[in-house]
Amino acid sequence: MSNNNQLYIPLFDENEMKMVEHHISKYPQKMAAIMPVLWMIQNKYGWISLEAMKYAGDLLNLPADHVLGVATFYTMYFKKPMGKFHLQVCTNVSCMLRGGYEVFDHICSKLEIKNKEITSDKMFSIEEVECLGSCGTAPMLQVNNKEYYENLSLNKVDELLTQLRNSK
Amino acid sequence: MEKIILKDIPDLDKIDVYVANGGYTALKKVLNSMKPDEVIEEVKKSGLKGRGGACFSTGMKWSFMPKGNEKPKYLCCNGDESEPGSFKDREIFEKNPQQFIEGSIIAAYAMGIGAVYVYIRGEYWKWINIMEECVADAYKKGYIGKNILGSGYSCEMYVHMGAGAYICGEETSLMNSLEGKRGYPRFKPPFPAVNGVWGNPTTINNIETLANVPEIINKGAEWFSKIGDPRQPGTLLFGVSGDVNKPGVYELPTGIPLIELINDHCGGVTGGKEIKMVIPGGSSMPPLNREEALKVRMDNESLKEVGSFIGTAGVIVMAEGTDIVDVIRRVTKFYYHESCGQCTPCREGCGWMLKVLNRIMDGTGRMSDLDLLISVAENIEGNTICALGDAAAWPVKHAVRKFRKDFEAKIKDKTLELPALNKVHGLQMSDEYDTITFQSEQEVVEGMIGKVQELINNDDVKRFSS
Repeated sequence: MSNNNQLYIPLFDENEMKMVEHHISKYPQKMAAIMPVLWMIQNKYGWISLEAMKYAGDLLNLPADHVLGVATFYTMYFKKPMGKFHLQVCTNVSCMLRGGYEVFDHICSKLEIKNKEITSDKMFSIEEVECLGSCGTAPMLQVNNKEYYENLSLNKVDELLTQLRNSK
Repeated sequence: MEKIILKDIPDLDKIDVYVANGGYTALKKVLNSMKPDEVIEEVKKSGLKGRGGACFSTGMKWSFMPKGNEKPKYLCCNGDESEPGSFKDREIFEKNPQQFIEGSIIAAYAMGIGAVYVYIRGEYWKWINIMEECVADAYKKGYIGKNILGSGYSCEMYVHMGAGAYICGEETSLMNSLEGKRGYPRFKPPFPAVNGVWGNPTTINNIETLANVPEIINKGAEWFSKIGDPRQPGTLLFGVSGDVNKPGVYELPTGIPLIELINDHCGGVTGGKEIKMVIPGGSSMPPLNREEALKVRMDNESLKEVGSFIGTAGVIVMAEGTDIVDVIRRVTKFYYHESCGQCTPCREGCGWMLKVLNRIMDGTGRMSDLDLLISVAENIEGNTICALGDAAAWPVKHAVRKFRKDFEAKIKDKTLELPALNKVHGLQMSDEYDTITFQSEQEVVEGMIGKVQELINNDDVKRFSS
C-alpha cells in the first residue's frame, strides 16, 4: 500500500505522530496500537472515515480491511459524522426502571430526530446505548463519549440541551 | 463493619493520602520479605475468589502461571465492567485507585510478570483519565517501573481504553481486543495461563479482586478468611439499582441477607412496595422471585441453592407493578446487540428470542411462544464459545419459568395494539412488493436496488456490518 501514500493528506501533525509512537511503544506488537490510534482520529475529526482507516492502517502496517473490521466491531467508533453534541442515552434495565425511555423519547421529540439521526443544524445527534455503568444514578446520558449527566429528570434534560446549544 | 476497599478516608484517591494511611506497605513487605510462591500461598489461604462473576479462587488462578522467564508474562486487569446493573469498578477507580494499583503490582510480582495492562471500557472516559494520572503518580514515586523500591524487580503498567463492546469483558475477548483485533472470544483450551495475550502466559483478574490483595498481605490470610461467609470470604461491592430508595455501591461482607441489603442499607423498595423480581448479580444471572429474594443470602454458594449466581454483585431490584416481560425483552435486546456473531446459537438465538418477546409485547404473542422461548434458550446455553450465550439464555429461561403468569397475562391481553407482523419479522418482504408495477426495465432495477438497500438497513443485517 505504500505506493498509495500520496493519495491523502496526512491526518496527524508532528506532535500527534509522537503520540502514535508512544502508543506503539506500550505494546510488544504494532497492531495493538490500532485502538488508541483510531481514538486519536475520532477525537480530532469527530468520526472515522474509510480514508482515515486506511491512513491508520498504513501507520501501523496493517491492511485496511483489518482496520475496517476493528472500527466496525466497536460501537464507540463513529463511522459517519455525528452532531456536534452526540447524546448517548442509556435505556438498559436499571435506567429503564427509572425513566430512561422517557428521557430518550423526550429528547427525540424535542429535537425531532430518531435514533442515530442528526438535527438539520448538525448540533445534536442521539443514540440509544447499552448500560454505561451508571445504574445507581439512573437515568443518565453521556455526551460525545465523555461527560456523564446523571440522575436526570425531563427538566434537567431541557436545561442541558439549552446549555449545550448556547455553549459556543 | 470495617471496609476493605471503599474506606471512609477523605481524598484517599490522592497518592500521598493513600501512603499516609498505610498504602504501599503491603508492596514493601512483599518485595522485602516474601518469595513469589509465598504470596500466592497467602492469597490461596485467604480464600479470595474472583469478583468478576466466575468466583474462581484467585490464588489458584495465579498458581497456574508457569514459573521461569522463557516467555514474557502478562497481567490484564479487567475494568471493562459493562454488565448491566454493575457499577462497582468505577467506584474503585474514583475512591481508592492506588490500592488497586498496589494489588496488581503484588499480583504481578507473585507471578513474575513484567507488564500489566489495565483494560477499561471506553465509556469510562473520566475514570480512564483518573487512572492515567494515578499510574503516572505511582511511577513518579517508584511503585511501578524499573527496580521497584530498590528490590531489583521491574514492572510496567499501561492503561488501555476499550471502545464500547460488552463482549470484551470476557477474558479471551479482552486479550484479542488488547492485541488490536476484533473482540472475538477464543476457544479454551488453551487457557490464558498457557497461551494468552500475544501467545504468552497471561492472567486476567477483575479490578475488585486485585484491590483486595494489599489488605490480605497486610492483615493476613487468616483475618480475611474470617470475614463474611467462609465459602466466599471477604466483602463485596454491591451495586444496587432499580426500585430502591437509595441506590448506590455498598461494601458489605459476603453472605448478607438480600433483604437486609435492600431494607437496611438501600432504604427499602421505592414507595414501600413489595419486591417483584431481583436480578442478583448483573443482568446475566437468573432472576429471583419474591420468595427467593426474601430468604437468600448474598454469596455465590447461597445463591446457587436457589439456582442463581453472585455474578458481579450488581443487584437490580424490581418492585410490584414492574412489567417483567418488558424487562426481559430489554435484557434480551442487550444481548442481541452485544453478541459478537461468532457462534450461530447465540447470534441467531438472541435475535429469535427478541423477535418472540417483541411480538408478545406487541400483542400478537401465542401461548406456544413461552415453550418456544425456553427451547431457544436451552439451545443457546452451553453451545457457544464464551459465556455470553448462557448469559443471554438464563434470564429468559428462568423468567419464563418463574413468572409464567405474567407472560401468559400479556399474551391474553388483547387490548394491546400494533399487530406488527412486518415489524417483528424484519427480513420478510412486505405484500406491497408484489403489487408495485414497474413501467420500464430501469425502474425494475432501481426498485430492486431500493429493496436491497432496505435489507441492508435492516437492523438484523446492520448490527454486523456497520
